[in-house]
Amino acid sequence: MNLLRILTILLLIQFKAYALIEVDITRGNLSPLPIAVSALFSDNDSHAKFEKILKQKDLGSEISIIIENNLKQTGLFNPLDKDAFLQNSEIAHLKPRFEDWALIKSQALITGKVEMVDEKLRVEFRLWDVLAAKEMLALAFTTVPTNWRRVGHIITDKVYERLTGEKGYFDTRIIYVSEEGPKTKRVKKLAIMDQDGFNLKYLTLGNELVLTPRFNPTNQMVTYLSYFRNLPRVYLLDIETGMQEVVGDFPGMTFAPRFSPDGKKIIMSFATGGNSDIYTMDLENRVVERITNHPSIDTSPSFSPNGKYICFNSDRSGYQQIYVMRSDGSNVKRISFGNGIYATPVWSPRGDLIAFTKLHKGRFYIGVMRMDGSGERLLTENFYQEAPSWSPNGRVLIFYRETKTDEKGEGFSAKLWSIDLTGYNERQVPTKTDASDPSWSSLLSN
Amino acid sequence: MYRNITISTGFHLLIIIVATLSLPFLAKTPIELPPIVSIELIQITDKTSIPFAPKAKKIIEKVKKKEKERVVSEQAPPKKIKKEKPDAVPLPDKKIEKVKKIEEKKQNPKKIETEVKQVSEFEKKELFDPNNIAALIDKSKEDLAETTKTTNKITQSQDRNAEPSGLSLSEEDALKAQIFGCWSIPLGLPYNKNLLVRIKMQLKPDGTVIKSEILDHARMNKPGQGFYKVLAESALRAIRLCQPLRVPTRGYERWKDLQLNFDAREMLEG
Repeated sequence: MNLLRILTILLLIQFKAYALIEVDITRGNLSPLPIAVSALFSDNDSHAKFEKILKQKDLGSEISIIIENNLKQTGLFNPLDKDAFLQNSEIAHLKPRFEDWALIKSQALITGKVEMVDEKLRVEFRLWDVLAAKEMLALAFTTVPTNWRRVGHIITDKVYERLTGEKGYFDTRIIYVSEEGPKTKRVKKLAIMDQDGFNLKYLTLGNELVLTPRFNPTNQMVTYLSYFRNLPRVYLLDIETGMQEVVGDFPGMTFAPRFSPDGKKIIMSFATGGNSDIYTMDLENRVVERITNHPSIDTSPSFSPNGKYICFNSDRSGYQQIYVMRSDGSNVKRISFGNGIYATPVWSPRGDLIAFTKLHKGRFYIGVMRMDGSGERLLTENFYQEAPSWSPNGRVLIFYRETKTDEKGEGFSAKLWSIDLTGYNERQVPTKTDASDPSWSSLLSN
Repeated sequence: MYRNITISTGFHLLIIIVATLSLPFLAKTPIELPPIVSIELIQITDKTSIPFAPKAKKIIEKVKKKEKERVVSEQAPPKKIKKEKPDAVPLPDKKIEKVKKIEEKKQNPKKIETEVKQVSEFEKKELFDPNNIAALIDKSKEDLAETTKTTNKITQSQDRNAEPSGLSLSEEDALKAQIFGCWSIPLGLPYNKNLLVRIKMQLKPDGTVIKSEILDHARMNKPGQGFYKVLAESALRAIRLCQPLRVPTRGYERWKDLQLNFDAREMLEG
């Protein structure tokens, strides 16, 4: 018995001696990750071909600049200055000298090679973990040479996904209403561009007023509202082919058609008998179904990504607030209870948040809240801003902001802006003209 | 005689110059090529030019033909879209459990203190009874194990000589402060998921990391655990960036094995 006790003591002493010390690390550095984007290497033969086909001699360098700009605008990465690089792109692509990259405080490195193979552009890139001295990702793309900007965006998407764990949003497009002319006589055209402002194209001529273009979440189709002989019409536009189709003429005030998550229905609001309610239209059989039936004004509907719920605006409580209901119109619940007026709710593609515009004491805010209305956060405040639209990964919002006109009625402008969920990374999205009503596409390279 | 020497020197110099200029590759070391890493080839679809609306009809037929010939853009099978339950409200259940555990740990020494006090008072009384010395000796034999155990932990004189089992507060703070500076938290991570990364390390006396191991390593390669993988990699980077770690100068045996628990929820929740 005694022996057993002594053994127990010895055993306890052993455990004490080798007890593992645990330290909880709950704080860290929130500054962006330093990353080096080496110019993609190309040989002299390829230089000559690029010059001939694309009028771009150093395509590798141009692609690396696209990647750098994309990464920088996320606010999550800090691309390092190329002048500080100690190793040239030719050798870095074959075998990076990790000590050199660590010396300039880089934690990740992108290297690559670009060449012409059988009239096709072949781009190869590698992502390296500098501190672990190991490769994290290696991919090669082949495409038509004119796609070279997209290659830069696709590489950024892959790098972003590998380093953050969530899908990127760079190989995407933004459709918006381009506005020109004096405020009282604006010419409005549908315009589409890459998310970084390049490759701008106009899709309509500007003869008719166009409003609220919205992307189909599953493909490159767009729905928008246009007035034909003072009657609102909902259009479908295939941006790949340029084909347009009238979905239907609707009575009274029609607002903001938007696709369902599967792309098979359009949800919108229109007024019948002075009462604005929410309706869906099946795009195959064009059957219209009424979702809400209330004497109040119900507008701006948006589906949840799983299609089970709809969020919308309503003034049924006396002034405009956000409500959530099941997709069949049952179980309506008010979710916004803050001061002010809430409008344009849009469900995040991740399903966790609803973005909205809020008007309070003459100022406009873009904010987010959870689907039960908790956790309301106002991300940005300005004189006039509205219509948030989510990036496909649910991390960034794009919206438009108007400036005040001066006493002479001049100085008015409308521009696109983006802000991420932290609320710190606010940027103007470059557009050639004034712009409003933006909508972000899903990833092209899905 | 001098003429021959001059000619010979001239020729020698010429040979040296020619050799220096024409054979530089002899001096260069060959470039070491890395091991070949397989590359996934991806064919990007030709989605480029968006035709202007009025030209559409002419182009449609061409596009349809092209679509038939189009190659699938990625070789890898499409990832399933994560369906997050929108109803799910993050509840800090695990946090609460953790807090409870810590409280229990803190309470333990108090319990022992009271126990020991009782024992020692009892012993003192017994010691002053000369009639019961024999019985006392027997009893002390019986209770040998228990008394040694308790006195080992508590007695002040012994406590001075004993090494502390963990790091002192200041030692822990120094280590934490160092890691805080090195750890770049991936800001895109969701704040409402259980993303605790536990890394066990083996250290040298100077704080250099001999070996680091992610305790839930299997989780890294599971589908749908992308965020965990990203966080784990960031934690490993922090350790590599920080080493040698700021460890105490004494008591190597105590901390040669160390576990760091990286939890970014507090920071991401903001």
